[in-house]
Amino acid sequence: MLKVDFQKQLDHFNLVMQFELDREIMALVGSSGSGKTTLLNCVAGIAHPDAGEITLNGTDFFKDKQKPMKIQKRKVGYLFQDYALFPHLNAEQNILYALSRGTDVSHITELTKILGITELLSKYPHQISGGEKQRVALTRALAAQPDILLLDEPFSALDDANRDRCQNELLRIHEQWQIPIIFVTHRMADAEKLADRVIRVEKGKMAEQLVF
Amino acid sequence: MMAYDLSPLWLSLRVAVISTFFVFVVSLALARLMNRREFFGKSFVEALILLPLVLPPTVIGFGLIVLFGVNGPLGILLEQWFGFRVVFTWIGAAIASFVVSLPLMYQSVLAAYEKVDPRWENVARTMGVSEWRIFRTITLPLAWSGILAGLILAFARGIGEFGATLMIAGYIPGVTETVPLAIYFAYEAGDMEKAMFWVLIISSLGVAAITWVNYWRKKNAIRIGRE
Repeated sequence: MLKVDFQKQLDHFNLVMQFELDREIMALVGSSGSGKTTLLNCVAGIAHPDAGEITLNGTDFFKDKQKPMKIQKRKVGYLFQDYALFPHLNAEQNILYALSRGTDVSHITELTKILGITELLSKYPHQISGGEKQRVALTRALAAQPDILLLDEPFSALDDANRDRCQNELLRIHEQWQIPIIFVTHRMADAEKLADRVIRVEKGKMAEQLVF
Repeated sequence: MMAYDLSPLWLSLRVAVISTFFVFVVSLALARLMNRREFFGKSFVEALILLPLVLPPTVIGFGLIVLFGVNGPLGILLEQWFGFRVVFTWIGAAIASFVVSLPLMYQSVLAAYEKVDPRWENVARTMGVSEWRIFRTITLPLAWSGILAGLILAFARGIGEFGATLMIAGYIPGVTETVPLAIYFAYEAGDMEKAMFWVLIISSLGVAAITWVNYWRKKNAIRIGRE
């Protein structure tokens, strides 16, 4: 279970977040610059709150008066906006980047089949489309078998057909993996289709919470 | 054209290769530190690194003599610990090359690091990868074309160093006679043919280096592509 209860001063407002998330899918909606990505960054350890706590399955990621846990130790899968694939590595090298030799990759082989990227493995990021990049990046985020998955605007660069397909794949993955997933989106329709819970964030405050 | 003793060329290459090696290692670490850390006096430290770019070579040479001279603090230390002198040796020429080419390499490496999107390093961190491995496998390969351009510039600057070299290493034919010194003293002696010979050699090296950097940049851009 993910517990979030923190505040962080941003340029124009104070970001205040408080929620608990079990093995559910949660959507964060709200206008640009409202603090959604900062929340993901705080959970991942890329940014740190000013005060409060973040824990996952009883492990403190951040707690007042304690040194924040290193990013590397948090076991977070993070799909960045625009995917941030390593441009000098092909899709397969991107996906297997963090794995040491001899690691069991059967779950990755299965993922590449589910997400339909088996044919893309030898291609470089600049050789594949937005939807394909999204699927490669999602496979990469899941490759190290994370305890939580963070997705920042995962569907923003996709056309309607690809969006639908990727969303169905995400639901399928969640059903299999049973880990908490937080995704940021601008589109309420995405949130309604995928999420068990939706939090609307406006100027750093949780304005509304919907549970489906 | 008569045959000339090629020892200035070999000495220049030796001086430039050795100074460029140290410039490479120091710049990589220094630029990384300046790119990643904020600390009190950072601007001052950066100004010190870049200072040789704006100082006359005579000032650099003078500074090196004060530091590495027979009575200079570092000169005494090196002689006591390692038993060698810097003044009037090719090592002095290498140190002069190091000092003048370090800021060029530092600037290139810093710019190259800054071009590496921090998201790539953050993605790797979330995947549990160590900082050292991220540096080796993400930062360095993606910054490499800028680093290589800096390396060639540093090498070219090192091989062409004249003023500070003359002050600390002096002109001793066969011992500290680098190509730029050979050109100057051939000209002084009225041997225009010899001066022209060395001018052509060093100019050819410069053209070859710049051509290769441009070729490498284009090739690298195609290899890496754009995301």
